[in-house]
Amino acid sequence: MTLPYDPSWENAGDAPMLCVRGVRTYYGSIMALRGVDLDVYAGEIVTMIGANGAGKSTLMMTICGDPAARTGSIHFEGRDITRMPTHDIARLKIAQSPEGRRIFPRMTVLENLQMGAGLADPRHFDDDLNYVTSLFPRLRERLHQRGGTLSGGEQQMLAIARALMSRPKLLLLDEPSLGLAPLIVKQIFEVIAEINQRDGVTIFLVEQNAYHALRLAHRAYVMVNGVITMSGAGAELLRSPEVREAYLEGGRH
Amino acid sequence: MVGTGKRREPADLQASPGFLGAVKDAGFLALLTFGLSFPLVAFNAYQHLTAGLILEPRWGLVAWACGIAFFARLAWNLFGGYISRGGSAAIGAMSSLGSRTGLSVNHIRWIGLIWLLSYPFLAVALAGPGGALKWIDNFGIQILIYVMLGWGLNIVVGLAGLLDLGYVAFYAVGAYSTALLSTTFGFSFWLCLPLAGIFAAFWGILLGFPVLRLRGDYLAIVTLAFGEIIRLVLINWVDVTGGAAGISGIPRPTFFGIPFNASDEGFAATFGLTFTPLHRLFFLFYLILAMALLTNWITVRLRKLPIGRAWEALREDEIACRSLGIDTVLTKLTAFSIGAMFGGFAGAFFAARLGFISPKSFEFMESAVILSIVVLGGMGSQIGVAIAAIAMIGGTEILRELGFLKALFGPAFDPAQYRMLVFGLAMVGMMVWRPRGLISKREPSIFLREKKAISGALVKEGHG
Ligand SMILES: Nc1ncnc2c1ncn2[C@@H]1O[C@H](COP(=O)(O)OP(=O)(O)OP(=O)(O)O)[C@@H](O)[C@H]1O
Ligand SMILES: [Mg+2]
Repeated sequence: MTLPYDPSWENAGDAPMLCVRGVRTYYGSIMALRGVDLDVYAGEIVTMIGANGAGKSTLMMTICGDPAARTGSIHFEGRDITRMPTHDIARLKIAQSPEGRRIFPRMTVLENLQMGAGLADPRHFDDDLNYVTSLFPRLRERLHQRGGTLSGGEQQMLAIARALMSRPKLLLLDEPSLGLAPLIVKQIFEVIAEINQRDGVTIFLVEQNAYHALRLAHRAYVMVNGVITMSGAGAELLRSPEVREAYLEGGRH
Repeated sequence: MVGTGKRREPADLQASPGFLGAVKDAGFLALLTFGLSFPLVAFNAYQHLTAGLILEPRWGLVAWACGIAFFARLAWNLFGGYISRGGSAAIGAMSSLGSRTGLSVNHIRWIGLIWLLSYPFLAVALAGPGGALKWIDNFGIQILIYVMLGWGLNIVVGLAGLLDLGYVAFYAVGAYSTALLSTTFGFSFWLCLPLAGIFAAFWGILLGFPVLRLRGDYLAIVTLAFGEIIRLVLINWVDVTGGAAGISGIPRPTFFGIPFNASDEGFAATFGLTFTPLHRLFFLFYLILAMALLTNWITVRLRKLPIGRAWEALREDEIACRSLGIDTVLTKLTAFSIGAMFGGFAGAFFAARLGFISPKSFEFMESAVILSIVVLGGMGSQIGVAIAAIAMIGGTEILRELGFLKALFGPAFDPAQYRMLVFGLAMVGMMVWRPRGLISKREPSIFLREKKAISGALVKEGHG
C-alpha cells in the first residue's frame, strides 16, 4: 500500500540527520523545487526516484548549497546549512558523487582519490586508500591510469570512492547506475549496501533504476515536478501500483 | 589556402601519380600564387610628397613568390609524406626522449641546468667579449624573461585553466612600480623587486574578484580588456607615468650595493677586474636565471600541495571541486595573484635591465606571445614552456641575424618584420602535429611508494 505524503511521518526517536523543510529552489525565475520536505536519519539508506526533470539532482545540489534554496530550510545534525557556502558544507562531512560522475579526467585515479581526501586527516590517507580499493578492487589495478581513460563503470566507482575518501557521515549519490551494464549496477549497489551496513555511512540516493534502488532503501521518496508525492519504506513503494506503473513499467527489470 | 598543410591521403596520391603529376600540381599552385600576388604584391603604392599616389611595380617579388610556391609544393608532393612523418616523429621522440634513449628526465634537467649556468662563459669563449654581448643580452636574458613570464602565466592558464589574455598588465604593473618607486623615492632594485611582486599580486586579486564567475571565452575577453585598460592608463596618466614617453633613468640593479660602472666603487674596481660591460650582463643573466628557476621551483612545489592540486582540479571540473569542499573562489584568486606576482617580478627586472620603460613594451602582442608560449609548450608543462620560449623568442631574434637575405631581396628587406608570419606558421604546424602542445604528458603529482612502470598507452594523452 502507499502512504499519502505526510511530513510528520518519522521514525519515532531522535531527530533526523538531514532535515529538509519547505525548500524552494529557483533557476532564475523557474522554480525547480516547489517546497520539498524530506528527512534522512543516521544509518539509513534513503532513495529518491522520479522522472527526468523532476528536480532530483536539483535537490542534491541544493543540499550542498549550490544553488541555495530561496525559501525553506535545510538542517544537518541540527545545524542550519541552508545558505552555507558549498565548501563549508562539505567540511561538515557531507560528500556528494554528483550526476555524471565528474571525475578529473587528466588526473590519475590516485590523484582523484587524493582530491577527495582533501578534507580528511592526511594520516588516514593510506588506510582510506586501502579501504576504497578493497571496495572497488578494479581501482587498485588502475591507480596510475588517467581518470578520463577509465570505462564508464570504473569512473562511477572512482566517483563513489573519491566521495568516500573524505570519511563522510552522509553520502549523496546521484544516479550511480547511470549508463552501466546490469552486472556492474549490481556490484555498485552491493557496495553501497556494504558501505551502509558495515561502515555505518548514511546514504541518500537518487536513482532512475527504481527496482534496485527501492529494494536497497530503508525508506524512499517519489518526486514529481519539484514536489514529493509519495514516501514510505522502500519495499512498500516497490509494491505500490502507482510506483510500479510509473517507474517499473508494471514489472521488474 | 589550397590545403598545403594537409597530409595527402594515399588515394589522393594516386590521383596525380608520379613526377609529372607533382609538377602539374605545383605549377597550378604557382599560377594561383601569381593570381593572388598580382593585386597584393605586384604594385607598391606609396604617397609621394607632390605627385600623389605612386605605383611602383615589383615583378621581381611576384616572381619570387611564384617560384617559392612552385618549388615548395613540388618538394611537398615528392617528399611531403616523409617530411610530415619525420616531423612528428622527431617531435614525438623529443618529448619522450627519456624512455627511448635511456636518458631520464632527471638527466635532461641536469644537463640543461649545467648548460644554462655555463652559457655566458660559452658565449664569451665562442664569440669573444664583443660578440658575446649580443648573445647574452638578446638571446640569454631576453629568452629567460619570457621563460619566467611563461612559467608565471602557466600557473593561471596551464594549471588553473583560467584563460588570461591580459597577463602583460601584471608585467606592466611590476615594471612601472619599480620605475616609479626607484625614480621618485630612490628605492634600490632589491627593495623594488618584492614590492613589484606584491603590487602585481594585489592587482591580480583585484582583477580576480570581478571575473570569478566567468570562464573560458568570457574570462578571456575581460582579461583582454583589463590589459588594455592598464595600458591606456599608463599612456594617459601623464603626470605619473610620463605617458607615451615612458619613464627613463631607472637605476640599474647593483651587486649587493656595488654598481656596475667604471668608477672606483664599481664592481670591477672592487674585485680588482678590468671594467667591461660584460660584468653587468653576466650579473643580469644569472639574476633572471635565478628568478626563473625560483618561479619553476615554487610552481613545482605548489603543484604537490593542496592549493596546487586544487588549481588543477579546478581546470578539470569546477562543480566536482566544489562538492569536494574546495573553495573555488580562494583557489582562483590565489592562482591569479601568484601568477601575477611572477609577472610583477619579471616586470621589475625588465625595468631595471633597460633603465627605461614605456607603454609600448606592454601591448597586447606581448600577452599573445606569452600565451602562445604556454599553449605551444603544452599547457601545464614546465619544460614544454621553456622549450617553447626558446624556440619562439630565440627564433625571432635569429630572424634579425638573417642579414644576408638582404642580398637576395634588396636592402629594404627586414627579416625581423616577418616575425609574426613565422609565429603563425609555427602555430599552424603545431596544430597539425602536436595539437596539445610540445609536451602534452602530464606528470602526476603523487605516486604510490615508488613509481610503478606503467605502459605509455595507459597514461598518454589522447588527441583532440
Ligand atoms: N542550471 C539550470 N538552469 C535552468 N534550469 C535548470 C538547470 N538545471 C536544471 N534545470 C531544470 O530544473 C528541472 C529539474 O532538473 P534536475 O536536473 O533536478 O532533474 P532530475 O530530476 O535530476 O532529472 P534527471 O533524472 O533527468 O537527472 C528541469 O526542468 C531542468 O530543466
Ligand atoms: Mg538528475
